Amino acid sequence: MAKALFLALLLLLSGSALGKEAAPAVADPQLEARAMAIAGQLRCPVCQNQTIAESDADLAKDVRNLIREQLRQGKTEEDIVGYMKARYGDFILWRPPFKSTTLLLWLGPLLLLAVALIGLFYRLARERKAGEVELSEADHARAALLLESRTEAEGR
Amino acid sequence: MTNMIPEFGQLALALAFALALVQGIMPLAGAARSNAAWMSVGRSAAHAQLLCLAIAFGVLTYSFVISDFSVAYVANNSNRSLPLAYRIAGVWGGHEGSLLLWMLIFALWSAAVTLFSRRLPEDMVARVLGVMGLVAAGFLAFMIFTSNPFNRLLPAPADGRDLNPLLQDIGMVLHPPFLYMGYVGFSVAFAFSIAALISGRFDAAWARWSRPWTTVAWVFLTLGNAAGSWWAYYELGWGGWWFWDPVENSSFMPWLLGTGLIHSLAVTEKRGTFRSWTVLLAISTFAFSLLGTFLVRSGVLTSVHAFASDPMRGVFMLAFLVAVVGGSLAVYAWRSPRIRVRGGTFSLLSRESLLLTNNVLLAAATGTVMLGTMYPLALDALGLGRVSVGSPYFDTVFLPVMAPVLFLIGVGPIARWKRAHLPDLASRLRWAFAVSLAAGLALPFAFGDWSPLVAFGMALAAWIVATTAVSVWDRIRSPAPSAFYGMVLAHVGMAVLILGITVVRGYETQKEVRMEAGDTVELSGYVYRFDGVTQVQGANYVAAQATIEVTRSGKRVATLYPSKRTYLSQQKPMTEAAIDAGITRDLYATLGDALDAGTWLVRVQYKPFLNWIWAGIALMACGGLLAAGDRRYRLAVRSQREEQAVMQPLEVRGQHG
Repeated sequence: MAKALFLALLLLLSGSALGKEAAPAVADPQLEARAMAIAGQLRCPVCQNQTIAESDADLAKDVRNLIREQLRQGKTEEDIVGYMKARYGDFILWRPPFKSTTLLLWLGPLLLLAVALIGLFYRLARERKAGEVELSEADHARAALLLESRTEAEGR
Repeated sequence: MTNMIPEFGQLALALAFALALVQGIMPLAGAARSNAAWMSVGRSAAHAQLLCLAIAFGVLTYSFVISDFSVAYVANNSNRSLPLAYRIAGVWGGHEGSLLLWMLIFALWSAAVTLFSRRLPEDMVARVLGVMGLVAAGFLAFMIFTSNPFNRLLPAPADGRDLNPLLQDIGMVLHPPFLYMGYVGFSVAFAFSIAALISGRFDAAWARWSRPWTTVAWVFLTLGNAAGSWWAYYELGWGGWWFWDPVENSSFMPWLLGTGLIHSLAVTEKRGTFRSWTVLLAISTFAFSLLGTFLVRSGVLTSVHAFASDPMRGVFMLAFLVAVVGGSLAVYAWRSPRIRVRGGTFSLLSRESLLLTNNVLLAAATGTVMLGTMYPLALDALGLGRVSVGSPYFDTVFLPVMAPVLFLIGVGPIARWKRAHLPDLASRLRWAFAVSLAAGLALPFAFGDWSPLVAFGMALAAWIVATTAVSVWDRIRSPAPSAFYGMVLAHVGMAVLILGITVVRGYETQKEVRMEAGDTVELSGYVYRFDGVTQVQGANYVAAQATIEVTRSGKRVATLYPSKRTYLSQQKPMTEAAIDAGITRDLYATLGDALDAGTWLVRVQYKPFLNWIWAGIALMACGGLLAAGDRRYRLAVRSQREEQAVMQPLEVRGQHG
């Protein structure tokens, strides 16, 4: 009975409110989108591998408010990221800065690719030369055996 | 009145360790001295070890079921109010228990080797089991001395600390077993390689034996990674499905290398070439599997410092890794120069060279992921500052390395072995290229705006599908083996996966709104009506559950129930997303904080083609199974003697190149 009443009430409510567009969580959705884009690049310092945008931690909420505040003051994304970096260190940036200690991090993939391609080239070059290798007596014998077994197999 | 049962687990572990030592020494020694009796010890030792580990695992499960908190591991990962299913899953919810699961699976694979290798030469089986026994001994020593799941906590606490609520979920229950099936499966390929090196029978037969094992392992690893990703998608509550998190990376690296290994083994089997590379790849795939196992649950990823405060585990696992990798490289260096057998030669443009390129690039991609994952740890350990390496980094560096690999998926299967002719290749790929170009130019408009990245992804997906169609067309006249269709399925799966990723990243939308009962919000054509929040009582949590009706052009689509759970043992509420899954889109709703009595923050997301990601992965796994089940592998074993000659391909100069 109570359930039915509740449902009826709900229907009534939803009927009366039909078409009422929900308010955005924030006053300015465009500013929010920019704020969240910035927050998505920052690491929540007190969480495990989360961004400021994702985290529910109080610190993350504070930082999100700080970003919104600074955006309202007309600061650019670079200003804000720079501010965060100055305040929390490189650790807060999910995209590590390019500097002496991260040189290997940023150039590493290129280096790996170069090593891989050089190795590949070397191997292919060797393959080209290999055609000229002299065959030993034993090799010839084995080749003969191989050909024989093939012929046999085909004959069957 | 503590019960004695956990001591039986302790005993079983110790026995398993002793048996592993026997399995590691006797068969290897027997094979070296051609002593059949010693060699045969391997099989029995493997079976006995499986029995011991099954007992140990059973004991730990029993301790969880009866909530025996005098066992420290149970006290740390369970709780009286935890439902039975999660008490059982809690067995592998932490570091020690997941190692035990790993070991049990390892014993299962060893036993499988003894079952399915009846037709292999006895000394080969003995060596394979011996190598696996040595690995098992090392792993068991690590468990017993640094991570023993049966350690006591006396006096026993009244209640346990509970299993992390994030892990109380079916996705997380399935994720570790599948992952470990994959990791451990690669140990078989590893053991086969080492055995081949030691025996000097470094022929292509070894590659043929290894192939089905490796492919099955790869299938499990693929599914394990997917389960983890799927879990992150619906359980973490913000709609992401891949975060380039170190934990994900450490299971992604063996997958990348394992993918390379599958392809390299194919060349070694078919053409007898790339032997050294295949062996190195088998060794490193397994090494990365070990690294993945250690990294994830050991705590090193969370904080280098917490880890360093208890250095025993770190030192041991480093030593173990060094022993495995160093030992196998030593065997490799010792044996490979003596058994340098020339495989079939090939020209600069051939299926061999293309597959080698793909392998080398996959290795470079693995190295890149490893660099990004380990760099912050290394920097921190060296005291050079703390940095974070996240998705912006990986998105930047990973795609350029992987894109050529994906492109080569289209060329490799069409190119001929030994020598491909460029004009011939070009003429066969012409229309596939046109299809791909057209897809890149036009297809994005079917979804929304055109952007370069979306166009690139779609062109790539179309390229793989079109070229695969060409290769099927070429083979359709003569019956092809099921391995061929396995490859086709896996490659098409890759295309489906790429399309899914491209569309969802290019066109997903979201809105965060404040809602009272009756409020509506419109997103990408769907109207969400919020019908209020009710309290729901779960087994070990209470939840605030919202009801959201979704309609599209007036027609009802779904009812979503996103909720916020508060577990009795924890303070912070957890978000439980509600998802309406569909072929072309997922509707994703999460409930945020209550702003006042009747107003709630609600986030709705529209995720087009998300399920194509899972579908693509499922296709890849099916392709793997189809390939592994190819009857050639079974026939091959039967007619093995005939093969000995054929299996050492040798090219006679003058026939070609």
